[in-house]
Amino acid sequence: MDSKLHISVSPHIRSKKSTKDIMLDVIIALIPATVAAVILFGLPALWLVIACVASAVLGEALFYKVLKKELPIGDLSAVVTGLLLALNLSANVPVWQAVIGSLFAIIIVKCFFGGIGCNVVNPAITGRVFMLIAFGSMAQSAFPLDSVATATPLVELAEGNTPALLDLFIGNVGGCIGETSALALLIGFVYLLVRKVISWHIPTVYVATVFLFTLAVKGDLTVALAYILSGGLLLGAIFMATDYVTSPSTPWGKVIFGVGAGVITVLIRFWGNYPEGVSFAILLMNILNPFIEKWTPRKVFGGQK
Amino acid sequence: MAFSLHGIHIPHRKNTADTPAITMEKVAKVIIPMGMHIGAPAVPVVKVGDAVKKGTLIAEQNGFVSSPVYASISGTVKEISDKLQSDGRKVPAIVIEADGENLVEESVAPPTVNSREELIEAIKKSGIVGLGGAGFPTFVKLSAEPEKIEELIVNGAECEPYITSDSLTMTERAEDMAYAISVLQKYLGIKKVIIGIESNKKRAIASMKKLAANNSAVKVATLPAVYPQGGEKVLVYHTTGKVIPVGKLPLDVGSVVINCTTLAVIGSYLKTGMPLIEKCITVDGSAVNEPKNVIVPIGASMADVFEFAGGFKEEPKKVIYGGPMMGISVTDLDAPILKNTNAILAFNEKDATLPKETSCIRCGACYNNCPFGISPVAIEKAYKTADTVAMDEAGAEACMECGCCSYVCPAHRPLVQTNKLAKAMLKEARSKEKAKEDEK
Repeated sequence: MDSKLHISVSPHIRSKKSTKDIMLDVIIALIPATVAAVILFGLPALWLVIACVASAVLGEALFYKVLKKELPIGDLSAVVTGLLLALNLSANVPVWQAVIGSLFAIIIVKCFFGGIGCNVVNPAITGRVFMLIAFGSMAQSAFPLDSVATATPLVELAEGNTPALLDLFIGNVGGCIGETSALALLIGFVYLLVRKVISWHIPTVYVATVFLFTLAVKGDLTVALAYILSGGLLLGAIFMATDYVTSPSTPWGKVIFGVGAGVITVLIRFWGNYPEGVSFAILLMNILNPFIEKWTPRKVFGGQK
Repeated sequence: MAFSLHGIHIPHRKNTADTPAITMEKVAKVIIPMGMHIGAPAVPVVKVGDAVKKGTLIAEQNGFVSSPVYASISGTVKEISDKLQSDGRKVPAIVIEADGENLVEESVAPPTVNSREELIEAIKKSGIVGLGGAGFPTFVKLSAEPEKIEELIVNGAECEPYITSDSLTMTERAEDMAYAISVLQKYLGIKKVIIGIESNKKRAIASMKKLAANNSAVKVATLPAVYPQGGEKVLVYHTTGKVIPVGKLPLDVGSVVINCTTLAVIGSYLKTGMPLIEKCITVDGSAVNEPKNVIVPIGASMADVFEFAGGFKEEPKKVIYGGPMMGISVTDLDAPILKNTNAILAFNEKDATLPKETSCIRCGACYNNCPFGISPVAIEKAYKTADTVAMDEAGAEACMECGCCSYVCPAHRPLVQTNKLAKAMLKEARSKEKAKEDEK
């Protein structure tokens, strides 16, 4: 009898779910928003998606090649980063800018900090903020093919006009390619919940905080509703604020994260220099995340109160 | 606030459920180690060349927390030498070669039990230890002051995949269990007995409900089939609502937990006086030809038992004592069946190969699936930097090593292994601290 038996510490069986499966689920959840982006904004949206995903994947591959390390591309996380960044861009952003933004996100924000699981802030968000500052890329937002170009909903709201809620829900308004269709984003949200990839805490608390804070400031239900359907809130709350690496793991930590992001978003929207504050809000909360994790009490069964 | 214990849904793979146990009659030799229980190893009282029969005392209890050992076959003592056990201890093992006579020790007779003291003494002599896997000498648990015991909880959860030997005990040995319960009630003053069983074991539940119908003190608690339902602290919480503090035992909250098979063996021992010399175990796994439940003499080698179960259909690449969630993998098939072995599993190449470890993505699955709310990811981080304070804060000490965290981790990290190491490091740091204080 061959005496070479495997020896390992229990458990001897493992769940089949891997990091790759989780990333694949996120990509599937982003398909409705991606399809909506291409339908609403046409070919430029498609080019942005392709450019961002390709440069994120190739950038990561190049980085590990240079370092002579094993490629982690198989986990699909670079695809998620590229796709998220693309959906956060306006259709009139030049492809070369998108490529630089995507490379910045993957190499500087992710790889330099140690790769998957080690980044301090969300790569896609930070890539977007970098582009916002470096190129002012999102300054003039593009508009869906068949809509009248006036101003983005948030600018309109700031001027006192409330866009039609139905247009906001479907996405027939100006903005970044992946953020306008609330419907497509919510389909993705439900998918992520059903597949248990994320919990409801961060997105729900984040959006609820923005809604209540806006309602308190504006005092109008329709306006408050328009505010939560406008800008990058849903895209950010569902897909970016829930990034495992840069958000808390405990339910109460998630609630704190959601409230914090919601408050900062509204502060920037109403009293800041930018019409939209989602990216900055998530970025700031990313930085606070280690402290939230530390401050959130964990209750161990049978442990001291 | 009520604590909601998490748990995980794992494949049950109870392939041998509801199949009767087959007795393995012929064994050429047995290797009986002296350390089949928690506590000091037993001390051999036979020497090489001695003739022994089934039920002959071959090793004496050594100290309070210890247990005697009896010959499981009739034959001749061939060798007594130190052998490495799967738990890492090197203890003497007695090798008995069978004479094929199958003789029973003449002195085996039902014990006289007329008082609490006599009952405890009898169970002490029976060599019975916790058969659910822990191997804690049973008489020690029962020696608790009677007024401290509020209820007896019978563990019939059997939450590990593959294993069906406990369910089989509950369906086939209800009479032994009922007898043991009645004697424990009589002499230990136990007023309440709760039998906890996972809901998917229908026949065992029916059998135990029948038992309960004849004894008003007994209640059957049907529990969700969520792993690790049979963890002692989980079971006590789900059957009584009592929370056992970290570092404490069930008795500290007034519960005595006994595995259902242990109880059945107590029953049969009280009736016949035959000490613990055989064990019903589940033989299964992807490399095994005919998975089945087998009644095996203690000390029989795994190789012989697998052979009895039709041999291997594929080359075994991993062989374990117990279930796949908490079982111990062995280095070779000569390893003997122990008192507390409830299953032996042999896996083929595919099942023996664990997925490759990748980076932690901080998904929180380990924390969110830990029954006790411990944070394995935080313990892992603390262990890497030898930060015992952070380990303690993350709840390392509360870990029961059930394996949920390692099971669910999408990065396939060996979290239980790290938790075990962290616990050892924490313990060492504590004892050093104590030594320092003692010096002052």
